Amino acid sequence: MSERSTLRLIVLGVLLVSLVGTLLARLFYLQIVAGEEYRAQAASNSTREVLTPSVRGLILDQRGRPLVANRTSLVVFVDRSVLMREPDDGDAVLLRLGDALGKDPKDIGERLMPCGSEGAPPLPVCWDGSPYQPVPIAKDVAPETALKIMERRDEFPGVTAQLEAVREYPAPFDANLAHVLGYVGPVSQEQLDEQGDSADPARLRARDLVGRNGLEAEYDSALRGVPGILTLAIDQAGRVTGTVSESEPVAGNYVVTHIDAHLQAVVEQSLQEAVKQARSEGNKAPTGAAVVVDVRNGAVLAMASFPTYDPKIWVGGISTTDYERLLRTKALSSNAVQGTFPPGSTFKVVTTAAAAREGYDLYGTYDCPADYTVGSQRFRNFESAGYGPISLAQALEVSCNTVFYRIADELWLKAGGLAANSQSPDPVAETAAELGLGQQSGLDLPNEAAGLVSGRLEKLQTWEERRDGWGADAKSGFAEVRAKNPQLADYYTALAKENCVDGFRWRNGDAINASIGQGDTSITPLQLAMTYAAIANGGTLYQPQIAKAVLSSTGEVVQEFAPVVRREIDVSAEALEFLRASLSGVTYEGTGRIPFEGFPLDRIPIASKTGSAQVFGEKATTAWYASFAPADNPKYAVVMMVTQGGTGSGTVGPGVRSIYEALFGVSGDTVDVTRSVLVGGEPSDALPVVRPDGTPVTPDPQPGGVLIDDTTTMDDTALSGAAPDGTAGTEDPTSVLGDYDPYGDWDGDGIVDEQFDLDGDGIIDEQFDLDGDGLLDEQAAAAAMGVSP
Amino acid sequence: MSSDADIRSGQRFIGARQEVRESYWRRLDWVLLISALLLSGAGAVFVWSASRADLASEDPQYFLNRHLVNIVIGLGLALLVSRLDYRLLRAYTPLVYGASILGILLVYTPLGATIAGARAWIRLPGGFTLQPSELAKVAIILVMALILAEKRDAEEEPRDRDVLLSLALAAIPIGLVLLQNDTGTVLIMAAVVITMVAVSGARTRWILGLLVAGATAAVVAWQVGLLRDYQIARLTSFLDPESDPTAAAYNATQARIAIGGGGIFGRGLFEGPQTQGNFVPVNESDFIFTVVGEELGFVGGVVIILLLSLILWRGMRIALNATDLFGRLVATGVVAWLGFQMFENVGMALGIMPVTGVPLPFVSYGGTSMFASWIALGLLENVRVHEQS
Repeated sequence: MSERSTLRLIVLGVLLVSLVGTLLARLFYLQIVAGEEYRAQAASNSTREVLTPSVRGLILDQRGRPLVANRTSLVVFVDRSVLMREPDDGDAVLLRLGDALGKDPKDIGERLMPCGSEGAPPLPVCWDGSPYQPVPIAKDVAPETALKIMERRDEFPGVTAQLEAVREYPAPFDANLAHVLGYVGPVSQEQLDEQGDSADPARLRARDLVGRNGLEAEYDSALRGVPGILTLAIDQAGRVTGTVSESEPVAGNYVVTHIDAHLQAVVEQSLQEAVKQARSEGNKAPTGAAVVVDVRNGAVLAMASFPTYDPKIWVGGISTTDYERLLRTKALSSNAVQGTFPPGSTFKVVTTAAAAREGYDLYGTYDCPADYTVGSQRFRNFESAGYGPISLAQALEVSCNTVFYRIADELWLKAGGLAANSQSPDPVAETAAELGLGQQSGLDLPNEAAGLVSGRLEKLQTWEERRDGWGADAKSGFAEVRAKNPQLADYYTALAKENCVDGFRWRNGDAINASIGQGDTSITPLQLAMTYAAIANGGTLYQPQIAKAVLSSTGEVVQEFAPVVRREIDVSAEALEFLRASLSGVTYEGTGRIPFEGFPLDRIPIASKTGSAQVFGEKATTAWYASFAPADNPKYAVVMMVTQGGTGSGTVGPGVRSIYEALFGVSGDTVDVTRSVLVGGEPSDALPVVRPDGTPVTPDPQPGGVLIDDTTTMDDTALSGAAPDGTAGTEDPTSVLGDYDPYGDWDGDGIVDEQFDLDGDGIIDEQFDLDGDGLLDEQAAAAAMGVSP
Repeated sequence: MSSDADIRSGQRFIGARQEVRESYWRRLDWVLLISALLLSGAGAVFVWSASRADLASEDPQYFLNRHLVNIVIGLGLALLVSRLDYRLLRAYTPLVYGASILGILLVYTPLGATIAGARAWIRLPGGFTLQPSELAKVAIILVMALILAEKRDAEEEPRDRDVLLSLALAAIPIGLVLLQNDTGTVLIMAAVVITMVAVSGARTRWILGLLVAGATAAVVAWQVGLLRDYQIARLTSFLDPESDPTAAAYNATQARIAIGGGGIFGRGLFEGPQTQGNFVPVNESDFIFTVVGEELGFVGGVVIILLLSLILWRGMRIALNATDLFGRLVATGVVAWLGFQMFENVGMALGIMPVTGVPLPFVSYGGTSMFASWIALGLLENVRVHEQS
């Protein structure tokens, strides 16, 4: 055998070794270096998920009554991508569909437009879900209609009808609760994008419904559940070759709230009555709110907002018509949580607490003149006449403004007056913050408003934010206003100029206004309820909570929400005791007396404070009634307010009384705890029982309970209590036109309708120069800007 | 190889018949045989895994059963070939050669069948098909060894005339297979021819000439359009499978996904989603390595490659130790065949070689391929058994 042959054989060997080496190296690269990527590709290649939707969890009241449940509904969907392939972009299909469903084809067309596309209506009417998903356009379609659509496929391309689980609102006792419950809507593309690639079975998928507001949004992840996923192995032709994995759907958890549906119904009814009452007196009363909290733990037992709407309009997607009506009536947001309003005299508890903190003698004697003069400016009493020397408790009872004016003025001077800087103390504003006003309470609902408390720092910040705008406004001279009303334009211009130059100064007039809850101070009714709750319970500022617990759909406790203490407020126990006593005096013999006439205050003492807050440009005051009870052993705080509603006592006092009657089982002069709307007369300690099949155990029908239809008593009480009788101390503006009543008659000439032109010279100025410095007030400027062109 | 040697072996054959029979089992290369058996056994499992889901309504064991029958037949053929007398092997060579040419020509008769774009099969009764080009590899090896080893035992290198003759004889089946569009087989045959010419000791210019000729032929075929578009697509799609929508590119992509997804230890037997979902076409034969890669992972792939390498190594040893040039050339041809075919097949699955339909020796489903592999093994064992100690 030649050497050459052997040599070449060896070369062949080397060649083969290198080939094998190449294969091994490539194998290593594919499987170990790049393996992960291919594994993912294989996964998407070869499996399909078949989803069994999970049932969204229920929302229950504290007794287990379902506030939100589910039902099935025949829903008609339209696949826009199919429609767009029609020669006329589906116009003919929409026409036929509108005809079949009895809907406006234009309305349907708008619902199909992806949000942000050209000509699309705004959220939430436009389609905010994934653009490739069929859009639900009609719910609760009659089976015959659905059948007709499904049978005539050629006439209705891209239209399908199928049974879907939709939200249902059982509304126990007709409780509406729209703002608390919120609503669900299709998951948005942003939410899907945000989530990214996730293998979590509970992840959001394109057709999911998610909570968009209220409890539905706040507890969405708990309520949503996990769909059942059948992962099928499929072959390259799409045939199913086997089951890779299978999981049963996990029903969404139940959210148990502190809300008591029966109480809620009473609260809603009472609020409506208050609004009705205000309107019957000729006031606009456009909005209102009422809150009931348990002062012992911050639980929100009821919360109502007026106007409200039927939450059912969201089911299956909201129509343009419905949504426009929502916007027009301003019913969409909760006035209890998202609306901020000047608190008026209900704020005096804060000024009182501030005075106590600053060493004022709570049991001393204070002069209550009819007016208080600072410089050239007289500040008149608001809710009471001049009473001469009175105690601080009496000052609260009769709501004597001038006592608080003096205290505010003295505190202002003590802090340095006009020479004070941002480091100087501002006791009233600081105490307000300490008591939780002007800041989010931390309620478990989305979009809570923070509000604002007037103060030196706040004023400086506002000025820093807005002085450029004021400057620009002063230069522009309000041309549009000028064309119609040159004097008003002059006034606006002067105001803007003054604000721009001087708007950062915290004057004693500002401090005086702030002391009675006027000025820039603007808070939510819920905040006020929590403040009163803290005064009631001895100084614990709780975080208000709606949710009490999360239960599994079979009733096991998943999570219980313990009360959350925001802080122990820095107000002495003595001062709090003083406030509780004084506020119960308000109901016994002060401004809060009339609505509680005949109420068994001996057994259930009510501590309360009325408020009638002025808002620039509004004829009637915002009516407040803030309270807690029993005053000697407080359990509940109740706050009700109606804007442009009149007086706190006359307009909302009766409503608050109705609520207390329902809470304590009061009927006439009798107290019968078994007639309380709360089963057993107390909020439930225990969690509701949910049967293994998912149905909650409820206490209804409850024998002996006050039924919601049984509102005649409350109604009558409310109306009679508010009836103006001319008694001194009443807040009714039509009956009291003394010089202490600045409402409508600042110059004391006995003419009511002058608030914008006090000196009768046709120029609106004096009321905006409260600090008497000859310059217009920044408070009015803020509002004026809102009115500006 | 001298006539003396012939006489010696003949004497031994006649005079020591008993001795040969005894020593046959002893002299057999057991490592080689067991490696091949292990590969075939593993192949049966892979064929089962790849095919059991294919025919949902029909007999899921169709492929497995046939495969097992093929292995048994192949083993029988191997033992038969290994026991043939060396001289008989030479004597049969023209017969084998002629038969394989005939077989390839039969493909063009109505008996022929086109599978996967290549007209390379003959239908047999009972649903069986035969791929004559597989057997033609054996014929080429035998005929080239015969010519290149003829009449020149004492010479340094084969005469040009003999080289030319051997190339001419090899060119006939190769040309015919080329006409069948069986590009993969042609490439392997060409590699076998060049390797055998080289190991025969032919002058270097022959080797260089063949390499240049091969390369030129490929370029010319490409440029003048001898290759059809789909052939070019098959040959080039592996470079960038995502860009190419053809079936060949799809195969390559799916194969890569299958193997890449296997990771270190694989998805587990019968658990590969790509395999079980039939995403990789013909994964019971040409793409069987994707089953290994996906279900048994890197570890399984290495084991299979090493088992094949073991066969190559034993074959190489047999070629080195062969007592005559004919034996060495036969062994060399077999090693080159199996080696290049393995590289082409596995490389195709791994995406580094063009998608050409060649089976993985011993492992892939396919009767003719299985028979040819075992005949090749039989040839190695034959050479081994007849080594002079």
